[in-house]
Amino acid sequence: MSSWDDEDTASAAATTDVELLKRAWRNEKAAPEILRFDSPLVSRAREQIQLLEETLEDFTDNGVDDLVVSLYQMDLDRALFLLRSYLRLRLQKIEKYMIHISKSDDLMSRLSLQEQRFAKSCTEIMEKHLEQSVLSKLPYGYDSVTRQSLSSTEDDMVPEPQLDTFVFCKTKSDVGAFQLDDIGEEIVDLVADDLYVLRYKSIKGLVENGRIDLI
Amino acid sequence: MAGQSDPHLSLFSPSEVEFVAEDEIVEIVPNIRMEALNMICGDFGPFFPQIASKVPLWLAVALKRRGKCTIRPPEWMTVERLTQVLDAERESPREFQPLPFHYIEISKLLFDHARDDISDAYLVRSLIEDIRDVRFHKVETGLETISGRTHAVKLKNLSAMEVNIVRPFMVRTLQAFYKHDSPQMIQQADNTGSSRSTPVTDRGPRRDLRHR
Repeated sequence: MSSWDDEDTASAAATTDVELLKRAWRNEKAAPEILRFDSPLVSRAREQIQLLEETLEDFTDNGVDDLVVSLYQMDLDRALFLLRSYLRLRLQKIEKYMIHISKSDDLMSRLSLQEQRFAKSCTEIMEKHLEQSVLSKLPYGYDSVTRQSLSSTEDDMVPEPQLDTFVFCKTKSDVGAFQLDDIGEEIVDLVADDLYVLRYKSIKGLVENGRIDLI
Repeated sequence: MAGQSDPHLSLFSPSEVEFVAEDEIVEIVPNIRMEALNMICGDFGPFFPQIASKVPLWLAVALKRRGKCTIRPPEWMTVERLTQVLDAERESPREFQPLPFHYIEISKLLFDHARDDISDAYLVRSLIEDIRDVRFHKVETGLETISGRTHAVKLKNLSAMEVNIVRPFMVRTLQAFYKHDSPQMIQQADNTGSSRSTPVTDRGPRRDLRHR
């Protein structure tokens, strides 16, 4: 039955870095919150891209067949698209949840150094802007960036990702009986290659340790 | 532009789904000699005339467009196999038949670029369309059975493009049921006004695991 499924063989041989990057890109796209940045993977991908860019220059200098050059160019474009899309996607998420992310050390640690810098300066600029344009004109008690008023018990003006949203996911290998809630009333049996729609929050751990792919 | 599909619903654009499908491996028969290609996405070739070789779909299409090869349609893309799938699809109203995860995109790309390499192309195409229709109908009836007791939906063998199309409906439906069913939502209705904040802290609903 699974002999029909090309995905099976493709994921088994998923050793190339573009393949890994593609997985990271898909997970990042489908996950509501920001995931851990895979620095080694991204720098490996960058290196390969750079190497190919140099090779392509040599090719044109040495008069290699146009066909071959154009094929390598396509390969390069595809890798570049993935990398760019992945990085942009993360910047979009960071912009959206910047205050929420800057508040938490755990979330901050998921970002690359450049992203951390971006998140910090973005938050500063946004706070300054809100301060100058609106908050400074509001009465005492209503002038916080993060809270509606003094009576708020928590930061209720900070956009947060909705972790209990539903996501589509595909299992790579057997996970077995998996508990979705805290008290064990909701259990699903995750078998290899199953496709489920589940709450992100409950399978978060499986996404993080790579046992399940978001699609 | 890269990364521009709506991040809110985490939707992939159809061209992004197609992009992913283009990495699926197909078999080509080149009509030229070409040295091995050591690419970022893997090593392919060397290529010799009339000797079949395995390459990713995007590469196959690129060569085909330049008239450098013929593409061998995958074994599932035959009238015989597809007729079986269609029959089985019609017979089991609650299950999806196993087809390649990217069957819609692969067949579309092959029809667009290598139509002359597919035997009985017209029939194959209409069979695939019929299969799609039957499967979508199942997805639609499946959506109707979602209720407040649904916390997990199993869609084994649903393909990438199908997932992408039902995603907004499915997610919004489940979300709406989940939200209105949450104990805090019910509690909140009692003391409206006293708390303005919407608590997002753990709202695990307790319900049975029945729905599949």
